[in-house]
Amino acid sequence: MLHATELLGGEAYDSAGNFVGRVTELFLEPADQPNRVARVLLGRGKYLPLVARYDHIGFVAPGVIKLNVEEKALDYYGPNESWLAVGKDLLDQQIIDTSGRKVVRVNDIDLAEQRTNGTVELRVTQVDVGLTGAARRLLQGLASPGLIRRLQEKLPTRVIRWEFVNLIEPDPLRRVKLRITNQQLARMHPADLADIMEDLSPAERQGIIASLDEETAAEALAELDKRLTKEIVETMTPDKAADILEEMDPDQAADVLADLAPERSQEVLQEMPGNEARDVRALLQFEEDTAGGMMNTEFVYVGETARRDEVVSWIRSRDVNLESLDSVFLIDDGAHFSGVVSVGRLLLAAPEQQMVELKSEPPVSVRPDANEKEVFDLFDKYNLRSLSVVDSNSRPIGSIAVDDVITRMHRQL
Amino acid sequence: MNWVSISERTGAWRARAGEWGKRTRTMRRRLLLFLAVVGPGVITSNVDNDAGGISVYSQAGAQFGYMLLWSIIPMTIALYVTEEMCARMGVITGKGLSDLIREEFGFRPTFFLILIGFVVDMGNVAAEFAGVAASGQIFHISKYVSVPIAAIVVWVLVMRGTYRQVEKIFLVACVFYASYVFSAFLAKPNWLVAAKYTAIPSVHLNAGYLLMLTALVGTTIAPWQFFYMQASFVEKRVAKKQYPQARADVLIGSISCMIVVFFIIVCTGATLYVHGHRNIVDAGEAAQALVPLAGRWAALLFAFGLLNASLFAASILPLSTAHVICEGMGFEAGIDHKFKDAPIFYSLYTAMIVVGGAVILIPHAPLEKILILSQVGNGIWLPIVLIFMLLLVNRRDLMGEFVNTRTFNLIAWVTAVAMIALTLILVYTAIFPTPMPGI
Repeated sequence: MLHATELLGGEAYDSAGNFVGRVTELFLEPADQPNRVARVLLGRGKYLPLVARYDHIGFVAPGVIKLNVEEKALDYYGPNESWLAVGKDLLDQQIIDTSGRKVVRVNDIDLAEQRTNGTVELRVTQVDVGLTGAARRLLQGLASPGLIRRLQEKLPTRVIRWEFVNLIEPDPLRRVKLRITNQQLARMHPADLADIMEDLSPAERQGIIASLDEETAAEALAELDKRLTKEIVETMTPDKAADILEEMDPDQAADVLADLAPERSQEVLQEMPGNEARDVRALLQFEEDTAGGMMNTEFVYVGETARRDEVVSWIRSRDVNLESLDSVFLIDDGAHFSGVVSVGRLLLAAPEQQMVELKSEPPVSVRPDANEKEVFDLFDKYNLRSLSVVDSNSRPIGSIAVDDVITRMHRQL
Repeated sequence: MNWVSISERTGAWRARAGEWGKRTRTMRRRLLLFLAVVGPGVITSNVDNDAGGISVYSQAGAQFGYMLLWSIIPMTIALYVTEEMCARMGVITGKGLSDLIREEFGFRPTFFLILIGFVVDMGNVAAEFAGVAASGQIFHISKYVSVPIAAIVVWVLVMRGTYRQVEKIFLVACVFYASYVFSAFLAKPNWLVAAKYTAIPSVHLNAGYLLMLTALVGTTIAPWQFFYMQASFVEKRVAKKQYPQARADVLIGSISCMIVVFFIIVCTGATLYVHGHRNIVDAGEAAQALVPLAGRWAALLFAFGLLNASLFAASILPLSTAHVICEGMGFEAGIDHKFKDAPIFYSLYTAMIVVGGAVILIPHAPLEKILILSQVGNGIWLPIVLIFMLLLVNRRDLMGEFVNTRTFNLIAWVTAVAMIALTLILVYTAIFPTPMPGI
């Protein structure tokens, strides 16, 4: 195994044994092969630097590269945006460790040699983020390589396999050229993703949000610190912001919009599809710290005389967010709120049982102008998981979920 | 009086209040925008007036009266110019100073920079606890009581607090610097004379005077404060468009810091200097000497100010140092993390407080040597940090349109060169305490 810092600064000789220059950079070409060192930049002082291709390399050892071609077979160097520079883009920079779910700083890059008749390909296997890399960087050139290697064996290693390394590149064009997809980020839990984003700089955060699909971006934004969410949404174009906000629950979208300047939030609302915008607008009417400001307008309500199997097949046919479905609200003949059935009871009920037989007692509901404290008290007193919000005619207009209550209580701690 | 007239009157009053509210709305809005950002600048500049600083300021007043007051205005400019660059880098890049140095200059320069930083700050922390001990003695509290209590208070504050809570406490600590203002008034100085000496430079070319001037500048601009300020703007997540408020924060910070310096010099200048009590070793001795001259209250206020400053700096210095080391080396840092998530950060923080406090409690500890060495360290550290800062802040790929303007660069480089020259003199005299040849 070789380390990138052992090669950088090393000497390069051509097939005739002549000194060509010093290794000043290693480039990957992710569009071609994700982990192969595709080019080696050879600096020659005042002369134009040369570039050796991966199949020009015949032998590699710490501090030395021997080429299998003559110097004149090499090309002059021209900057290329689709090359990933190991020294400039990776070493000492922050990356996201998608397996450990955190932001770390790269101390060194480990390379494996792959020999095929006469050429040596270098492949990036892992990045070193621990003490071994730090000690090597510190002692290189000061202590003998043997001593450094012996010291390293005694130190704990902290490495991240190359597949789990996610580069942070704020420039969207370069991200495309370097094939940085952020697919791994999309697979993480939104809360972990939000934690990672909080550790980054504003430009980097913006870059990550821009590269995620709208649904993931919406989930991550909903978990993010409110001020950061506001900052990110403010910098987006209104149509991009609308695309992301319509993936959110209406109450979350309304919370985000309520923090924006009124003109800005109108612009975003205009870009959102009619019915979603209507829901969000309705929610924006309510003060933030009231039941109305906490509620979600997406909830399931059925007639109290409906049978269990009818209700289940009706829910199945609808596009309901099953993760957050924990209660079904009942309405009577006059469309007034009449009670709540928990999903647990629904699950175990006989198919022909009527909803009204399953409902929890007492039927608790709250008016949209009730303040936060009253809502908390109701949740606490009746051990609720969701609470129905009703208007002055006692018609259900929304529901408050327990996770929103926890978020708000946590914020007040 | 009937109800109608009352309601008419309250109606008119309400209308007027509404009118007034409308008129002040933009003002209040601006104030709110500012208050959302205020903190890092004010705190960093004020914490600069730490135990070591207060000692030097009292000495300056005791030895030379008002003669050094003029240096306050150029020092304010130097402080503002250098701090503003850090604030700008923090707000624009969203990264700390050691982060940036690591990313742009590589591992080894960063490592040595923070190694020096660690050693120097360790000495500074010890100096702060020495300040706690000295001020405790004025209130007749043994240092074996005051120092451990101070260490525990400081440690608990950061271990248990979130950034916002800790910042509020620090802002309150800034207000307590006002004790020096009261203390100065109790010393009954001649304000007109003081004002004259502030506006008109009176330069004397003798070794003692120049050394004191150098010491003044050296203690006012300390390298660790740049790291701390930039990191706190980052941790506070001040956004690009809040940059004008951040700049105002830095400006207010530098001015308020130097106002405190002014009052300390005036206080000791009006008393100790006038009564010939001109050779004092530290701020504690200055406070004691104030008792017969300006009264018990002036002395107590002076000592209270010292205690506040020492405690304040003793909490911020280890915090800043741990931050710098973890940032540069890539460990988790910041007081919003739990111990489990940032073990190295909290271990460093704890170790610095424990060692810094313990050194003071060793009987016959060579305190003066520690103070001198930490000053020398500051002097060596400062030029390197300033040059890194100037190189970074002029990088267009990092700062975009927010790089230094040409005028600002000129002021900044002049400041940097002057600072470097002065601190090198300070280092020289600290190592070779005989007066320099030639002056």
